[in-house]
Parts: sequence; C-alpha cells; structure tokens
Amino acid sequence: MKDKFFPALIAGIVTFVLAFPLLGLSIVADGLTLGLEGADTKTLGYIALASLAVFFFQLWKSNIVAVAKSIPLPKKAYSSPAARSQSQRDKREKLFTLIVVALALVWPFFASRGNVDLATLVLIYVMLGLGLNIVVGLAGLLDLGYVAFYAVGAYSYALLYQYFGLSFWVCLPLAGLFAAIFGFILGFPVLRLRGDYLAIVTLGFGEIIRILLNNWTHLTGGPNGIGSIPKPSLFGLEFGRRAKEEGNVPFHEFFSIDYNSGYKVIFLYLLALLLVLFTIFVIRRLMRMPVGRAWEALREDEIACRSLGLNRTIIKLSAFTIGASFAGFAGAFFSARQGFISPESFTFIESAIILAIVVLGGMGSQLGIILAAVAMTVLPELAREFQEYRMLMFGLMMVLMMIWRPQGLLPMKRRHMELTNG
Amino acid sequence: MLKLQNVHTHYGKIEALKGVSLEVKEGEIVSLIGANGAGKSTLLMTVCGDPRASSGKILFEGNDITQANTPDIMRSGLAIVPEGRRVFAGLTVLENLHMGGFFTNKQEFESTLEHVFKLFPRLRERQSQRSGTMSGGEQQMLAIGRALMTKPRMIFLDEPSLGLAPIIINQIFEIIEQLRDEGMTVFLVEQNANQALRLADRGYVLENGEVVLQDTGDNLLVNEDVRKAYLGG
Repeated sequence: MKDKFFPALIAGIVTFVLAFPLLGLSIVADGLTLGLEGADTKTLGYIALASLAVFFFQLWKSNIVAVAKSIPLPKKAYSSPAARSQSQRDKREKLFTLIVVALALVWPFFASRGNVDLATLVLIYVMLGLGLNIVVGLAGLLDLGYVAFYAVGAYSYALLYQYFGLSFWVCLPLAGLFAAIFGFILGFPVLRLRGDYLAIVTLGFGEIIRILLNNWTHLTGGPNGIGSIPKPSLFGLEFGRRAKEEGNVPFHEFFSIDYNSGYKVIFLYLLALLLVLFTIFVIRRLMRMPVGRAWEALREDEIACRSLGLNRTIIKLSAFTIGASFAGFAGAFFSARQGFISPESFTFIESAIILAIVVLGGMGSQLGIILAAVAMTVLPELAREFQEYRMLMFGLMMVLMMIWRPQGLLPMKRRHMELTNG
Repeated sequence: MLKLQNVHTHYGKIEALKGVSLEVKEGEIVSLIGANGAGKSTLLMTVCGDPRASSGKILFEGNDITQANTPDIMRSGLAIVPEGRRVFAGLTVLENLHMGGFFTNKQEFESTLEHVFKLFPRLRERQSQRSGTMSGGEQQMLAIGRALMTKPRMIFLDEPSLGLAPIIINQIFEIIEQLRDEGMTVFLVEQNANQALRLADRGYVLENGEVVLQDTGDNLLVNEDVRKAYLGG
C-alpha cells in the first residue's frame, strides 16, 4: 500500500493542477481588459471530488482491476462443440439469419418514426463498415480516407440528378461505379505503400476529395451543398404528398390510403435493409471465393503471396475498388435519404467512425461489424442527454473495449472446410 | 533445366551477385552453400525476378526469364519455399494450401492435395487449424506443401532447416529426397552445409557474390577448404 500511496498522490495532484485552470477559472471581459474569475464553489467542489476519485482509484487500482477481471466475459454467441459439423452449423446460422431478417422487416411497422430513422442511419453505417472491412479487415490495408468514396457516391447521385435529372435507381449503380473508379485511381499510387505511409496517403485523399467538393463551387455548390435531392421512388410511386415528377403517382393515392409521412421513413428503412442484405450477400460470396482468400493471404504475408505467383497489384486494386463501390452505394442512399448534402457530411471524423466500427467489430467478421455499427450509432444517440460529454463517454467506451476485448466484439472465425474425400 | 549465365545483381550501387553462373539439370538436387551475406538468398530472389538481374541471362527450361515479371515466373513451373516459412498465419492449413493451388483447376487441386497429404500426413490431421498455431516443423511442412500445390517442376528451398530441431530437419530432408525420387528438380539453399551436401547430387559454394567452388556433393564434403569454412574443420 505504501509504495502506491505516492504515485496515487501525484496522480491526484496532477488531476487537480490540470482541472483547476481549465474548469475552475473563467475569463471574463471587463471593459477592454480581460479578467480572471474563479468559478462557483460547486465546480470547485467537483474538481476536488474528481482529484480525490483519481487518488483513490490509483491507490486501489490493483483491487479494482482484480474485481473487474473476475466479471465473466460474455460467452461466445453460440457455443459450438467441436463435434457439431460445419453443415449443421451452417443450417443453424441460416435459421438465425432468417429470423433476424424477418424481425428487421416487420419491426419498423411497430416502432416509432424516430427509431426507424435512426435504424436507417445504422444500416448506412453497416454498409460502410462492411465495405471498409474488405480493405482493412480482409486485405489489411489501413484506409483512413474511406469517407471520400462515400462522398463520391453521394455527390454522384446529387449531381447526376441536378444536371441530367437521372433518378435514384439509375444513379445507384452509377454511384457504385464512380466510387469504384475512384478506388481504382487511389489504388495505383498506394500500391507500394504499407502501414503508416498508406494511412497517411489515404487520409490525404479523403481530405482532397472533401476540399475539392468544398471549393469547386460552380459544379458542387461548394459549402452550400446541393439541396432538394429527391427520395427514391418505388416503381414510380412517390412517397411525397404530391408526385414531383410527371407520370409518377404518390404511393398513398395508388393504394388509396391516407397520406402518412411515416410510409416514407419505413420505405427508406426497408430500402437500406435491402442494400445491406445485398452487401452482406456479395461480400460473403467474395470471402469464400479465391479472391477473398487472396486478400487475406496478402494481409498475412505479401512475400509468400508473390512466391505463389499471385499478382499483388491486382489483389490490392480489387480490394480498393470493391470496397469503394459499397461506399458509393451507401453514399447514393445517404444523399437520397437526407435530400441535402454538403462537404460537411464527409469529414475525417466519419472515416474514423467507420474504421472504429471495423476494429470494434473484430476485423473481418461481418456479424461483429453489424453489432459494432449498431453500438457506434445508437449509443451516441442514447447519450445525447449528456451533450458535450458524449464524445468523452464514447472514448471511454473504446478504451474499455480495447482492454476487455482487444480482438473486437466478434472476431472472425475460420470456416472449417471438409474435403469430399477426406 | 535452370541455367544462370554470368548473372549480376545490384541493390542500388551495391553489387550482390558478381557474375554467377550455375546450372541445375532435370531431376537433380543441387545445393548452394555459403556464409551469411554471400548472396544465396539474392540469387534465389533474382531467379524469381525481384530484384531483376542487372546483366546476364537466366534460362528456365530454355526460356529466357531474366526480364519476366515475378507472377509470370512463379506460374511457369517453378516454386519457392521462402526463407522463414512465411505461412499465412491467420489462415487454416487447408486455406494455405488453397492459396498454393490458386491457379489450378478443381480436379488438379484435389489430386495435388491428396499428394501433399500423402507426403505430410500431419497436414491432413491439422487441415482446419490456423497455421500460425502450429510448430515450426509443421509450418515448414506446410510451406513446402503450399509450394507443391502450384504443381512445380522445379522447387527452390531457402533454408528449410532454419530454426528446426535436428529430428525435424531429418524428416524434411527425407521428404526432399522423396520429391527428387518422384522426378522433382530441387535447388536447395542451406547454411546447414553438412546435410545439404550429403543430400545433393552437386553443390555450389558461394562467397561474396561469386561461385568459388563447384563439384559433386560427396567431393565437396571432403574438400579441405569447404571442411574448414563450412563444416567446422
């Protein structure tokens, strides 16, 4: 205890020294000069309390850690005895997936409008997380500028609508295509880079796109953004009160029901769900195809990959291109949902959040990423009451997460393949 | 089968290979021995096209591969087991082997896999284990198996005995011999000169980027200079 007393005391004092000038003093304008004023006693009390808390925490840290360690970790989602074969597990997985999808389909009709809207946002992040997972989780290429492809997708739809009047359904594949092209273009210069250098270049690329969008005023509208982007229609049925485009019929008139703005929200949710399911399906397929395995092999050992005659250029470019195209889809959907986009929506913090989703979820694991996307989007919303402390809690959560489950929520499991003639 | 004619290789300004000429005939085991930094690995890498030879000629089965791209060279019937094994640690044994058979069709894959499993029964037992969790010897077996999955006619082994227990080394060398008996051409780069020469039909000694000696394996084993320099007297 004695040897811990002084370090703990120092930690407490440091807390006080740091907190007092930051929180305990405030600057007041007194005519032309600035004066310092102590904060009210309540704040000072809090500072003292915080310092004491730090002191006692440091003092009893080992006991606290021991207690925390004794809390059992969550068991694996489904304990799978080795005896159960892969095919049985596949069946269970399929059933589980079907139930979840069915619930996700039915749920919005009973939930509140706000919750459905939030769920739509979650689904966008799921899509982005899954897309980035290809680049970071599978191919092991740290991409800090993923938001650029999201922006490309969003602006593709917005601009194509604004200048050529193309509809959402035409623009969706085009947005994916444009994002893929940008992924390809970015892929080339970074082929030789690895690790930190790759991260810096991709970070720069993300910023270049944002700044370009911000400054190319006569094309993109600059910081004013692009407004009145139409919502997607359902086979020509629109969800507004009145049809905006000629020949289109509003949804409620077609089915002769009363107008309800909730339909639009639910429709967007279902559309996002559809896109997510498509993304999951495609990526699952890719992961089981040779190209998916090649991405992982490249992450594990580049030299060994090359020794087997694999072309790393093609593998890396395919990861970048395919990963980017999903961000393009997500971007097009995002601009349709928002109806308004500006470069503000595509700052670095978005890249960071998407990356956090991938890391938090457990690199490479799809289910983990879905859970992480839910956590990363819903928790900040729930914590909205705490206002400015929201990000602080967010950070705390991440730190705790890295201590307890550094491999992510649900790390990727390897499929056990069985040979036909084993 | 493989022929190097006066090959020079540079790393920037440093000349790592100073005119190396050697030949490996079909069905042979040829060992290349030499001290650290003699240029053994550089020689292998040059054959694989990374770095490319700055002058000289490399012929594989009569085709000039001096300026070919690495992926093309590696798909032309030549396989390398890189130094330090370099298995894909996060992938299972079977997935590793799948990577080796990346360019073969399903039928070829199945038959080659069966062959590899026959050579290394241990790999069959461990097929769904993550390869990073296996022992060094097992990883070396996997590395060799993975290279064999590319269906090579000639295989390069870069220090296969590195960091392995003597009993495992013996197993590995037995496998190499077995491969030769099946008609595979083997080029073995080793620091473990004693065993490498005993196994080899012919051997080359590399020093400072130059071939200083070449002879049959048995003759090199009894050569005074080789004994002094590489076999501990």
